[in-house]
Amino acid sequence: MARMIRVLVAKPGLDGHDRGAKVVANALKDAGMEVIYTGLHQTPEMIAESAVQEDVDIVGLSILSGAHMTMFPRVMELLKEKGAEHIVVFGGGIIPAEDVCRLEEMGVARIFGPGTDTGDIASFIKGSFPDTE
Amino acid sequence: MSSRYDIEGLLARFLEGQTAAAARLITVLENGGEDAEKVLDAIFSRTGNAYRVGFTGPPGAGKSSLVSRLARRFRSEDAKIGIIAIDPTSPFSGGALLGDRIRMQSLFEDPGVFVRSLASRGSLGGISNCTDEVCDLMDAFGKDMILIETVGVGQSELEIAEKAHTVVVILVPESGDGIQAMKAGLMEIGDIFVMNKSDHSDAEVAAMEIEDSIKLKQVPEGGWRPLVVMTSAKEDRGIGDLAGLIRKHREYLEDNDLMRRKRKKILLSRVRNALMDRMERRLRGSEEVKRIVSGRMEEVYAGRLSPYRLVRELDGIVTIGRSAGPTHGE
Repeated sequence: MARMIRVLVAKPGLDGHDRGAKVVANALKDAGMEVIYTGLHQTPEMIAESAVQEDVDIVGLSILSGAHMTMFPRVMELLKEKGAEHIVVFGGGIIPAEDVCRLEEMGVARIFGPGTDTGDIASFIKGSFPDTE
Repeated sequence: MSSRYDIEGLLARFLEGQTAAAARLITVLENGGEDAEKVLDAIFSRTGNAYRVGFTGPPGAGKSSLVSRLARRFRSEDAKIGIIAIDPTSPFSGGALLGDRIRMQSLFEDPGVFVRSLASRGSLGGISNCTDEVCDLMDAFGKDMILIETVGVGQSELEIAEKAHTVVVILVPESGDGIQAMKAGLMEIGDIFVMNKSDHSDAEVAAMEIEDSIKLKQVPEGGWRPLVVMTSAKEDRGIGDLAGLIRKHREYLEDNDLMRRKRKKILLSRVRNALMDRMERRLRGSEEVKRIVSGRMEEVYAGRLSPYRLVRELDGIVTIGRSAGPTHGE
C-alpha cells in the first residue's frame, strides 16, 4: 500500500486570519493527503511538538503578520532539537521577495505567495516525496 | 520487499522514551504489513497496563473539547495520557482533514500528553482499523490512560465498544428527538452518557430524557447501569464529575473481574481478525484461485454455473495455507 503524505498546516503567532491556511488545508485533503490543521495562535513550540507527535512529512506555516523571519527559523530549530530535522518546512503568506530568498537559504523548502494555485502546492509536496507513489 | 524503516533502531529509541520514535512507529502501524507485525511482536509484552476510554457521539457534540478538558484533569493527578483522535477519510480523494487538535491546544506543550490524529482510512466503524495497535503502542510507551475520540457518529459506528474499557457517549441538547432514533445504536454502548453544553437552557430536560430511557434498560443483577452527567466543556463545568464516573466504572470492572475478561475477549477477537486478514491476503494473492476463477467465469456469465457452486468447487480445491500461493517473507 502506498504511504500517505501527512502534512501539518499551522498558523504561528498573533495574526488571526486563517482563510488562506484553511483553503490550502482543504486543497491538500482533496489532493489525497492527510492534513492536520491546528488552528490559530500557535507558538513555534506547539507547532514543532505537534509535527513530531503526528509524524508528518512536511509542515506548512501560514504567516501574514510579518513575523516570518522569526517564526520559520525557530520552528526549524525546534524540529532539529526534537530529532525531526527530516521534516520539510514550507510556507505561505505576505512575505517580501528578499525575505523569500533569505528563508530559502535557511532551508525553508518553498514560499508560496498570494495568488498561488493550490494545485501547485499539492504538486510541490507530492514531488518532494517520490516514495509515496 | 525491503523495509522503508529501520524498525530495530526505532524500537530501541522508542524504549528509551523518544517521542519522535513512538510517533514514527505509529505511522508504521498505520501502514500495516510485515513491519507493523514486527513492531507489535516486539511491544506486545509491554501492553495491558493502560486504561482505554472511548468517546463517541454525533459531530459537533464537543468530543474534542471535552477530551481536552479531561486530559488536563487527569494530568493534574499525574497520569500520563495518550489521545487518539480519529477523523474521517474522504472516500473521494483518500485525503483527510484532521482538525481535532484545534480544540486541544492547551495540551501541546505538556510532554506528558501524546496526541495522535488518525484518519479512518476506509473503516466504517467510526474508528481507524489500527486503533487497537496504536493503543498498544501508547500503552507500551508508558501511558496510563488512553482517550480515544471517534469520528462524529450516527447509529451504526459502534466499533469503539470493542476497543475501550469505558465508553462515554457525548450528546447535546440539540440531539433532542435524535435520541429516540439512536436508541438502537449509540444508546446501547454507553457506560456513561454526557449531556454536554449544559449552559444551554434545554440541557436539563434533555439529560432527564436520557435518564428516563436508561431506566427502561434491562440490566442484570449486579450489572452496570449507565450513568448520566452534565458538562460544559466551554465553561469547564462538570469535568470533575465525569472523571469521577469514569473512575467509578473502572472500579466496577475491576471489582467484578471484568477487566481481565474484557482483555481476554478483546485479544480473542484480535486473533480472529488477524487470522481473517492473513487468510484474505493469501487468497487474494493466490494465482491458483485467480486461474480457476477466470477459467470458469464464462460459465457463470452464461448462466450455466451459479456463483455459489463455483465457490463450493473452489473450497474443495483450495486449501488455505497449503496451496494458496506464496506467502511473503516466511
